[in-house]
Amino acid sequence: MFEKIYNISDQGIICDFGNEINKEINAKVIGVFNYINNNSDIKNELGIINCIPSYNKLIVQYDLLLVSSNSIIKYISSIKEDHLTYQNNQKKFELPICYDAEYGLDLASISKRNKISIEEIIHLHHETSFYVYMMGFMPGFPFMGDLTDKLFTSRLKTPRVVVPAKSVAIVEKFCAIYPFDSPGGWNIIGKTPSKLFEKNKKDPFLLYPGAQVKFKSISKTALLDMESEHNE
Amino acid sequence: MSKYYFQVERAGIHTTFQDLGRFNVQHLGICPGGSMDSDLLKISNKLVNNPLQKGVLEFAYQGPRLKLISGNTKIAIAGNVHFTIERQHNSSLIEQCNSYETYNLEEGDTMDILATKKSVYGYLSIEGGFQLKQFYNSVSTLTRSGIGANDGKKIEENLKIFFIKKNDNNNKKTVQWKSDFNDNIIRVLEGPQFHYFSKQSIKEFFLCKYKISNNSDRMGMRLEGHKIENIVSSNIASEGIIKGSIQVTGDGNPIILMADHPTIGGYPKIATVISADFAKVAQLSPGKKITFKKVTLLEAEKYFHKQQKILESLVKQ
Repeated sequence: MFEKIYNISDQGIICDFGNEINKEINAKVIGVFNYINNNSDIKNELGIINCIPSYNKLIVQYDLLLVSSNSIIKYISSIKEDHLTYQNNQKKFELPICYDAEYGLDLASISKRNKISIEEIIHLHHETSFYVYMMGFMPGFPFMGDLTDKLFTSRLKTPRVVVPAKSVAIVEKFCAIYPFDSPGGWNIIGKTPSKLFEKNKKDPFLLYPGAQVKFKSISKTALLDMESEHNE
Repeated sequence: MSKYYFQVERAGIHTTFQDLGRFNVQHLGICPGGSMDSDLLKISNKLVNNPLQKGVLEFAYQGPRLKLISGNTKIAIAGNVHFTIERQHNSSLIEQCNSYETYNLEEGDTMDILATKKSVYGYLSIEGGFQLKQFYNSVSTLTRSGIGANDGKKIEENLKIFFIKKNDNNNKKTVQWKSDFNDNIIRVLEGPQFHYFSKQSIKEFFLCKYKISNNSDRMGMRLEGHKIENIVSSNIASEGIIKGSIQVTGDGNPIILMADHPTIGGYPKIATVISADFAKVAQLSPGKKITFKKVTLLEAEKYFHKQQKILESLVKQ
């Protein structure tokens, strides 16, 4: 399952699952991530303090006061594919999205560049079943895939100084949601009223790596209603 | 809520609450953060008999001026720090104070942390600890995400800082500590994309001096010097990042990623600063020049344990 496992620091190793970006490989990354976290006794005993899954790599950070790299590499190497369960990944989320031109700031330019109508962009995005490959960049920010080639886009040449919070945006075969106002270079196609990160809630994160997401189209009126409800 | 507190009369340049960091949530987009110089955090806590990982105030360059409005307590500062105490009962005298030594403060006393000398970060601990709210088991402030103590913000003028009162003796305690910053050699391991860079550039990376730029903070230290030539690709599929990684952006400039680093990143990484040298890097102020030296993993582990042993013997006293 691992192509290589090696140290990237004296307190961290990287498990390399290859260079391809697809759901099958990423499911293994998240499978190993869940396996380590579910076996919390061994995790604590070995001083593992942080696991960071990405498309096709998993970084395991450990406390060098408690353990050395050898024991960590030995443990991770002992994890076999048939040990993994994917049950943690089954939850499906339905997120509302409004594709109104007021929020889908880049719909027109994508339509022009990709020679495809705005209706078709919305249709193709809306019917995609998304999978959260990884999270990062800012708290609660999901990298979801896979979009059809017809919606393939590059990053904006000049990133926006402010992407409005809750913008849904695409780049290459991925879709993301900006939890907060932030600079950003992705192509914005709509807005969701869903909150991806609420620091004062008991469970602050809506999504997690491995989660499945479908979007549900809503009108501007519905979006505004949901937003005002959320703010009450 | 405690009724004992300090009032911030001057916040300082970048004063935040920090502990040893927030782990196990990086996969959700939150980096560990935590103290830039963990040795000093532990020492300052030890001086006032706190658990070593207790939340403290970290300050950079110029620290805060704090007036004790209610209660009395014992404090200690770790770092190469110039600070004074003005006593309520004798306002004409400004007491010049020493780091690595405890001081008792009475109601009305004011502590003024004027500057860190030949370094960047200093730490203020208080006996019993500050009263702080945890987020995922840590109080570390991550200002970029608005997470941690003080609602994720650096401290500001007029803020009331509450503390837990536990001043049960007036004994003075001191430790001898001198951070080992005699040279500017930073030891590193090969990074995960070491071979993305030309042989000539790698050679120069270990030969040339790099200057710490003004554009450096808790997130990263930008370096100026020899540009590093990438012969594979200046972008990789985004992968997790850990502290000490040295990434090279498209323009060929290296950045050492520090405590508040991004959680994932798509730039190749040429090297990683070893744990034993992390505090040393953190304490280098802009303008200083450094050279990198490659070591093996075994050496890195050995240096770390050696350093921790010295620290342990100190905090066991």
